[in-house]
Amino acid sequence: MLHFDNPAVRIENLTKTFGDHTVLNGLNFDIPRGKITTILGFSGAGKSTLLKHILGLMQPTSGSIHVLGKDLSELDNVEQREFRRNFGMLFQYAALFDSLSALENVAFPLREFTKLKEEEIFEKCHALLESVGIKPISHDKLPSELSGGMRKRVGLARALALQPAIMLYDEPTTGLDPITTHMVNDLIVGTSELHKDREMTSIIISHDVKATLRISDFVAFLDRGNIVEYLAAKDFPHSPNELVQDFVNL
Amino acid sequence: MTTKSGSAQNIFLRPVESLGAMIIENLQGLGAFISFVMRAFFWFVRPPFRLRLYFEQLYFVGNKSIFIVLLSGSFTGMVMAYQTYFGFKLISVDSLVGPVTALTLAKELAPVLTGLIVAGRAGAAMTAQIGSMKVTEQIDALEVMGINSIQYLAVPRIVAGTISLPMLSAIFLFIGNVGSYIVGTKFLSIDEAIYLSKLGSFMFLTDIWQGLIKATFFGFMIACIGTYFGFNVTKGAEGVGKSTNLSVVWGMIMVLISDYFLTSFLIHVL
Repeated sequence: MLHFDNPAVRIENLTKTFGDHTVLNGLNFDIPRGKITTILGFSGAGKSTLLKHILGLMQPTSGSIHVLGKDLSELDNVEQREFRRNFGMLFQYAALFDSLSALENVAFPLREFTKLKEEEIFEKCHALLESVGIKPISHDKLPSELSGGMRKRVGLARALALQPAIMLYDEPTTGLDPITTHMVNDLIVGTSELHKDREMTSIIISHDVKATLRISDFVAFLDRGNIVEYLAAKDFPHSPNELVQDFVNL
Repeated sequence: MTTKSGSAQNIFLRPVESLGAMIIENLQGLGAFISFVMRAFFWFVRPPFRLRLYFEQLYFVGNKSIFIVLLSGSFTGMVMAYQTYFGFKLISVDSLVGPVTALTLAKELAPVLTGLIVAGRAGAAMTAQIGSMKVTEQIDALEVMGINSIQYLAVPRIVAGTISLPMLSAIFLFIGNVGSYIVGTKFLSIDEAIYLSKLGSFMFLTDIWQGLIKATFFGFMIACIGTYFGFNVTKGAEGVGKSTNLSVVWGMIMVLISDYFLTSFLIHVL
């Protein structure tokens, strides 16, 4: 299993149970800073539960999670909310606020958490939207007027607005056509490259093996609440683990 | 023999078990609702105070309900005048149409009917809006940003409901009395001076207060129910429809039930 010095996320003996059902079973692993790490696994393997723990939206039954060197269990409710501003998240279906335009969606976190003037927010939002390939003609459109791929781009621009230290992607290509999938994957790599100087960490939750191997630096394979393999992406297809081989060769 | 007695026992036990399960489920629901309202109170007094959201909700719950309140208020007052007039005429007290209509409107009809209207219009909309935000992960997006979704979505709606309903009820009361006055004096030939003097003799400020206090409570209750059901939507679009339906039904039921208890309390207090 891989371990890193000064990781973005350190998970130690993380267990989560719901009644008699154990969803995460004593996980131990690190997620390195400044890299793209994908947590791969079948549906129901515990990927989303793990993501919620990293975000501090769920409390572990036992074990601990250190994010950017801070033990999440030591933060109170208000501190956790403030700490969550270190995260940006691209949701499976973008989760844009449907009553706000693309530009207003990107402006939302800036208005909530910064003291920038309206003109500065406006400028920054335009720049962010253009950096993810949304043309000015679409900036004032409502989410319902945008295609799935465009919504993901706007969602990414919104997630990047506060320059997060950790960018989370929840099943970023689920439900997209192959061309849009390719575009979203390129966008993830491009975003990671663009924010490399400040060591932005990207964590992807996925079950798309092909895309994972193409865009990730490291891959962890989660099965029934256990990390059964954790390797550099280039070594992952050669893993001796049978489950991984089954998954890769599907 | 054992099997027979066992199945006979089951026949008697099953309804008891179902009843018990239903009671437990409803108590759990009540507990969750009370906990939700407490959290809303907690977040109401904590910064940041997003006044823009409060005004937006006041506009939606209050302003946007004015037309329907005017329409129902005026016709309720007119119908009340007709009904009481023909009843009172039989015992020659038709001059009391004004105060009887005004008192009924002030104490009961204005707050209760306004409550039912707002439960059907704004309460349902609150559940549908928040519910659809929940199923499309917009609430998760707020939480990930570090914004408390109850503070951002529920508190402004609850405050708006609590402030708007007494105002709407006052409008209902006023327009209802105008309707009653027009029908009474213009169509039923009650003398205008008698109508107004009787109104002045029998109607007191405490009667109006009683209605307004009730309306305030109804507004709070309807908004709490509307937002609670929105936050508890499950199972996608179907769940949004189901929760919206439940929110309207419970909103209306709670208006009618709490009306009885508030009336019996306020009669002694005011």
